Amino acid sequence: MGKIKIDRVTKVFGKNTSQALKLVKQEKSKEQILKETNATVGVYEASLTIEEGEIFVIMGLSGSGKSTLIRLLNRLIQPTSGDIYIDDQNITKLNKKSLQLVRREKMSMVFQNFALFPQRTILQNAEYGLEIRGVPKEERRLKAEKALQNAGLLSYKDQYPDQLSGGMQQRVGLARALANDTEIILMDEAFSALDPLIRKEMQDELLELQANLQKTIVFITHDLNEALRIGDRIAIMKDGKVMQVGTGEEILTNPSNEYVRSFLEDVDRSKVLTAENAMIRPMTIQIDHEGPKVALQRMREDKVSVLLAVDKARKYLGYITANDALELAQSGEKSLHSILRNDMPIVEPSIVIQDILSVISDSPTPVAVVEEGKLRGVLIRGVVLESLASEKNGGVDNE
Amino acid sequence: MSKILNLATPLPVAEKVEDLMDIVTDTFSAQFRFIQSNGEDTMNLVTSGLTAIPPYVFILIIAVLAFFATGKKFGLAIFSIIGLLFILNQGLWDQLMNTFTLVLFSSLIAIVIGIPLGILMSKSKVIEEILKPILDFMQTMPGFVYLIPAVAFFGIGVVPGVFASVIFALPPTVRFTNLGIRQVPTHLIEAADSYGSTFTQKLVKVELPLSRSTIMAGINQTVLLSLSMVVIASMIGAPGLGREVLSALQRAQIGNGFVAGISLVIFAIIVDRLTQSLNKQKSNGGK
Repeated sequence: MGKIKIDRVTKVFGKNTSQALKLVKQEKSKEQILKETNATVGVYEASLTIEEGEIFVIMGLSGSGKSTLIRLLNRLIQPTSGDIYIDDQNITKLNKKSLQLVRREKMSMVFQNFALFPQRTILQNAEYGLEIRGVPKEERRLKAEKALQNAGLLSYKDQYPDQLSGGMQQRVGLARALANDTEIILMDEAFSALDPLIRKEMQDELLELQANLQKTIVFITHDLNEALRIGDRIAIMKDGKVMQVGTGEEILTNPSNEYVRSFLEDVDRSKVLTAENAMIRPMTIQIDHEGPKVALQRMREDKVSVLLAVDKARKYLGYITANDALELAQSGEKSLHSILRNDMPIVEPSIVIQDILSVISDSPTPVAVVEEGKLRGVLIRGVVLESLASEKNGGVDNE
Repeated sequence: MSKILNLATPLPVAEKVEDLMDIVTDTFSAQFRFIQSNGEDTMNLVTSGLTAIPPYVFILIIAVLAFFATGKKFGLAIFSIIGLLFILNQGLWDQLMNTFTLVLFSSLIAIVIGIPLGILMSKSKVIEEILKPILDFMQTMPGFVYLIPAVAFFGIGVVPGVFASVIFALPPTVRFTNLGIRQVPTHLIEAADSYGSTFTQKLVKVELPLSRSTIMAGINQTVLLSLSMVVIASMIGAPGLGREVLSALQRAQIGNGFVAGISLVIFAIIVDRLTQSLNKQKSNGGK
């Protein structure tokens, strides 16, 4: 039995519910149902089981019912029919009081547009859930401060949300959820309003957090790349129906129907891998401070033969090889500047991999991803080919 | 023929309303008398308390209040000093205090009734649908009309004056409270709900703070409307600057009428600016 079990849940907005349901059974489209009955089908007969401790991503385009589905989980929206079990408790049958209790103790929500209370300080925002539960002042302050500390925002605790950037605001949103220390976290397009760089950062942070906390996270997104990156399992929705559920791998290699396939193709065409998507964290050496011994040590540790050289500001300078470093270390020289090599290809993060495939395969070294002089990441042949292969599998091979 | 004649006979609306009024007056006469005498006593007490303060001290207090309320600017403070000194100089100080009490009481009562009504209205579509036309009715009905039931219930004096003013001044507070709460962004309401807030918690911690500046704008309107009733209420014996205007009107004393009128305007400007700056300051403080 999963942590959350959604059993044939349906939500129809509007008055003419039964009529609309009849039309859905006849496979009529959403537009047609709207025209005939003036009712909108949000979610239709969705059944899902979400396991404890997993990041479950619900993915779909706008209008697919994913935002409705997540709101059914904490009954911000009332289901028309069907049952939702959280820890074996059917929450669709709860009265107001018990529902409030479930919302307070079982789950916290993070919103697309952050939904921070503008009249409250960052700390007061982080405290909100605990305050509502009647946790004593001192205790809730400590918990909220700890959550803010983990988010690296403790120094901002007395500021107001509109003084923070979008990324920081969403960290507060997440801290508010984490301070509440519930087992389930609902994230409604939590990173969609952030710019791509911050979004990737937040995704990494979420994964890191999850490694420590093992929460059950339900994550809504319209971005397949995001879904694949963070989801342990993914459900794809269309027109209120769940099309397919599976790991990213399963969905890519074995799309269950035409829609999922076309969706993946669509992604293939429009959002083909960019250098940014395929790059990995570079192994670097800070050339102004660190010498050959450190370089060799680090290469041994990370099992690489090349380190990228950067300065204090992470400006890309070149690279050094293991052989050179070894010679240098034996000669007793301290500065790495003499063995700095400059023939590594450099690409922009936004460039599409397809366009630089030849560069990657011809280069004897990895390829540096540099933006405005700063090192962002590195492309390793094996990793790039692997990610390309999985995309291809999803889209083309099944045609 | 007789049928046409029948149609031409006026429907007995006026009679029916009168009957209804009689019933209400008879049924609640004890309560009305209680409110009348206690209300009168309380307000006389407040007025005499206000007149007991030496005018110069009073003016100074208002000036200091104006200075700080407007963010340490001198404009309103100086205007208050000059304006109030003028009223004092014209021998209208006691009347001003009477007007002050009348406005204070009718505004307070209107706010105490209006904000909860506005909250109810924002929470229920049905209540909103019911209240909206009533509020429209209350606002479009000429203020004079309210004097009639006021007199029927409470006789003449300051209490019926307050009664009529409250009815006349109530709608903006109700409307703006409703509007303010409905304007709170959905995602904030969802956030409050998703963390398990109760009705009261949501109201106190999220909705009211976020609609404060809108509600304050409504309160400002209510205060000014109750001020505009001062002259009308004086027709049924409410004391104050309004009575000066009225008696000047009855005796065709243009000069006296002008002085009393300008005194009212001065008072209105001070009240308006003070309540407005209170709003601005609070909403800035909340940010």
